[in-house]
Amino acid sequence: MHDLVAITALGGTDPRVDTVGGVTCSEVPGVALASVAARMGQKDKTAASLAKLIDAPAPEIGRWAGTTISAYWAGPDQWMVEAPFDTHEELADQVQTATGNSASVTEQTDGWTRFDLNGDSIPAVLELLCQLDLRKMDPGSAARCSIHHIGCFVLCRAPDSFSIYGPRSSAGSLHHAIVTAMRSAL
Amino acid sequence: MIINHPLLGPRDASEFTYLGDASLIDRPDWQAENAAEAFYEYGYVRDNPAGEHQELWYHEAGDRSWLVVTRNTLTHEISKVELARDVARARGRSK
Repeated sequence: MHDLVAITALGGTDPRVDTVGGVTCSEVPGVALASVAARMGQKDKTAASLAKLIDAPAPEIGRWAGTTISAYWAGPDQWMVEAPFDTHEELADQVQTATGNSASVTEQTDGWTRFDLNGDSIPAVLELLCQLDLRKMDPGSAARCSIHHIGCFVLCRAPDSFSIYGPRSSAGSLHHAIVTAMRSAL
Repeated sequence: MIINHPLLGPRDASEFTYLGDASLIDRPDWQAENAAEAFYEYGYVRDNPAGEHQELWYHEAGDRSWLVVTRNTLTHEISKVELARDVARARGRSK
């Protein structure tokens, strides 16, 4: 038998946590992800299946919604579904079963890495990182943007809680960008 | 330069990449009698207007949608931004 040790996107055995000023940046490895793209003419059907799955209306443009399983808007007729990895390792199968032939589902779990920012004055950090209009980012907002030339999703969970998704292969660069901005802004 | 994305609102032009003339949407029928001639014109013959120009832009650092941007090549003024799929469907494309 192989004796493999699970490591996080940043290469540690435990998720990395950095605190600067009043803001904490935490690496969040335990997330299952799947993308959903409605097939041509099947948007309404896909949105209805998605709503049932996340127990909330399918998120509109630039929004996220859900409960244990949640989803955020990724593009026209496209969403990313997220859930705790421990209980939803087979999320993509679950989403495909829920949406049937109306959508194409792709497993995304290890394609992305997530960093959560918690604390006051997160906008001060984010305005150094991305070009999003942060005054318009209220709880429930989700937007794709570029952070240091890395395509990322930024989700506002609460005024003092944001999540950033970036490509796992650029986890180190993204983490460096975030922590540098935190040191600069706070 | 700011591009007013039809879904997401004003976004900086640096989030987008430029492809070219929006006439690229009108891909000829490859099974037509005059396909070779039509593809020659599709591939090589372009208008180069000094004024209003429809062009394809890709929102690479955003929602990854293709847009048709109507831009004045003399003033850089953008008068209209539409989703390319809406433009294509309005021109009778099924996909």
